Amino acid sequence: MPKVTVENLSKVFGKKEEQALKLANEGKKKSEILERTGATVGVNNASFSVEQGEIFVIMGLSGSGKSTLVRLLNRLIEPSQGNIFIDGKNVSKMGKEDLRNVRRKEMSMVFQNFGLFPQKTILENTEYGLEIQGMAKAERRERAEKALDNAGLLAYKDQYPSQLSGGMQQRVGLARALANDPEILLMDEAFSALDPLIRREMQDELLDMQEKMNKTIIFITHDLNEALRIGNHIALMKDGEIMQIGTGEEILTNPANDYVEKFVEDVDRSRVLTAENIMDRPTTLKIGKDGPNVALRRMEQEGLSNMLVIDDSRKLYGYVTDSDTARAVKNHEKNFDNILRTDIPTVQKDTLINDIFEVIHDASTPVAVVEDGKLVGIIVRSLVLGALAKDSEVSL
Amino acid sequence: MDFLDNIPKLPVAENIENFMDWITDVLEPIFDFVQSFSEIVMEGLTDLLLLVPPLLFIVLIAAICFFASGKKFGLAAFSIVGLFYVQNQGLWDDLMSTITLVIVSSLVSVIIGVPLGILMAKSKWANTIVTPILDFMQTMPAFVYLIPAVAFFGIGMVPGVFASVIFALPPTVRFTNLGIRQVSEELVEAADSFGSTGSQKLFKVELPLAKSTIMAGINQTVMLALSMVVIASMIGAPGLGSQVLSSLQRAQVGTGFVSGLALVILAIIIDRLTQKFTK
Repeated sequence: MPKVTVENLSKVFGKKEEQALKLANEGKKKSEILERTGATVGVNNASFSVEQGEIFVIMGLSGSGKSTLVRLLNRLIEPSQGNIFIDGKNVSKMGKEDLRNVRRKEMSMVFQNFGLFPQKTILENTEYGLEIQGMAKAERRERAEKALDNAGLLAYKDQYPSQLSGGMQQRVGLARALANDPEILLMDEAFSALDPLIRREMQDELLDMQEKMNKTIIFITHDLNEALRIGNHIALMKDGEIMQIGTGEEILTNPANDYVEKFVEDVDRSRVLTAENIMDRPTTLKIGKDGPNVALRRMEQEGLSNMLVIDDSRKLYGYVTDSDTARAVKNHEKNFDNILRTDIPTVQKDTLINDIFEVIHDASTPVAVVEDGKLVGIIVRSLVLGALAKDSEVSL
Repeated sequence: MDFLDNIPKLPVAENIENFMDWITDVLEPIFDFVQSFSEIVMEGLTDLLLLVPPLLFIVLIAAICFFASGKKFGLAAFSIVGLFYVQNQGLWDDLMSTITLVIVSSLVSVIIGVPLGILMAKSKWANTIVTPILDFMQTMPAFVYLIPAVAFFGIGMVPGVFASVIFALPPTVRFTNLGIRQVSEELVEAADSFGSTGSQKLFKVELPLAKSTIMAGINQTVMLALSMVVIASMIGAPGLGSQVLSSLQRAQVGTGFVSGLALVILAIIIDRLTQKFTK
């Protein structure tokens, strides 16, 4: 049985809730419902299930309803319709007392801006969830300290949130959520307020933690890279509707519709970056001007094993290798006629990196980038890998 | 023009008078009880304050000022000089009566005002109903409150407190309401998400975060209560205000200034002290 099951969950904000809900159930779009009733559809018939121990990412742009959806799960926002089952118990039909117990024992939340109480120390913040359960001071202190210790923050326990950096504050937020020992963690854009390096670090820590603790995590983000990195399953939302649910691989390779495809394109850099974005300046020899002697010297100087040969109008003829050139020098040849090789792989300026992979995979030479038969740049294997690895540093 | 003149005058004044008479009649036993009980309490408090020798009182206040302002001498020195001046002018008994009036009015205002402010922050209905009443209380000339105060409680300190509370209550209510509404949504959500009950959320999260705003409101309430002292003296509330009033009636510029200055001194000490406790 899945840990969390959500069925036809909807939330409508505004006065004509019932009318809007009816329209939503008829399959009308958010904008049309807004126009006809003045009510905003936050979440529209969301259904999904999350297995014990997985990280389920809900992803979408701002206004897509993802933050509303996660708040419906612990009923910080009351659903307009639908069911939420946790271990088979229907949270959406629970009374106040039972709901409070679910919030106290079964699911904790981590917030985008950390949600730490500024007037409480780190330790007091961490023990808050236990304190309100009425746990004795000594016991809750011990558990809170343990949670802080796991996060490597025990030394800061008597400081106040404002004295800590963003990353550390969010570690406290996470430690506070874990101090309750919940089975489910709801993380609402938990890392979005952090700078990219810290975000990466926190993602790694979350994955490490998940390996040890095996919680069920529902993670909200607007960042597909983050979703792909940490999510076992990803649900992509738009206008309150879930567009597609699947593994990262499934979403990338088999987008359910145009929206998902566009969204995914944005992030999958190998499908967006072209040869032009990553090519390097070529070192070339001019046919008719340079001979084997010059070629050998320059190759030695620049540590190259081969060079491209072009003419004055930059038309690409081929390439020469160092051993061929050395032999030509020995034989006192004056031009490249005997040693010129033409089996050089070429790509166009606008070829996607994804397609360059296949070309460069078994090429022994650099790949030449050409435009109208003229050489404009070269690509070596390391450039392709580099561009994909440090994603955001290549300007588009 | 004629048409308007032909409408008979609506009997608003008569109706209100009848209503007040009715209330005074019906609730007389309660008013009597409140009156005599409060009178005893307040006179007791004044007597208690008078029991303290002026010199000791001055030293105590100076010490409080010194420590409250982070061991700085400014306010302490001012309070020594100021209170000595009041004592020197023979206004000590009046000062104690005024302090009693201010303390009791402020306490009553806070006891009513903070819960009312919380209620307004929590309930849209309460907010809609109470806001115009607060507007009414703040804009109606303070003298007008004196009339029902006398009708209910006769003359003396008790009606003075009644009028002062009406006059001084609104800032505490408004600031409490504002302070609680200003608590960031995310913190309220955090409190909820861990399963806080309503009162846990209120006492552990909302009130502590709203504290400085609420204290600013209480400071305003205390100052308004103090400013009501002169007006309340018109219905027989004893204290520095009655000195000011009698000087006014006899056109004695000198004595009027002397007791007026005593009020200013008290106001400055109280204001600075409550501000210090706000932080």
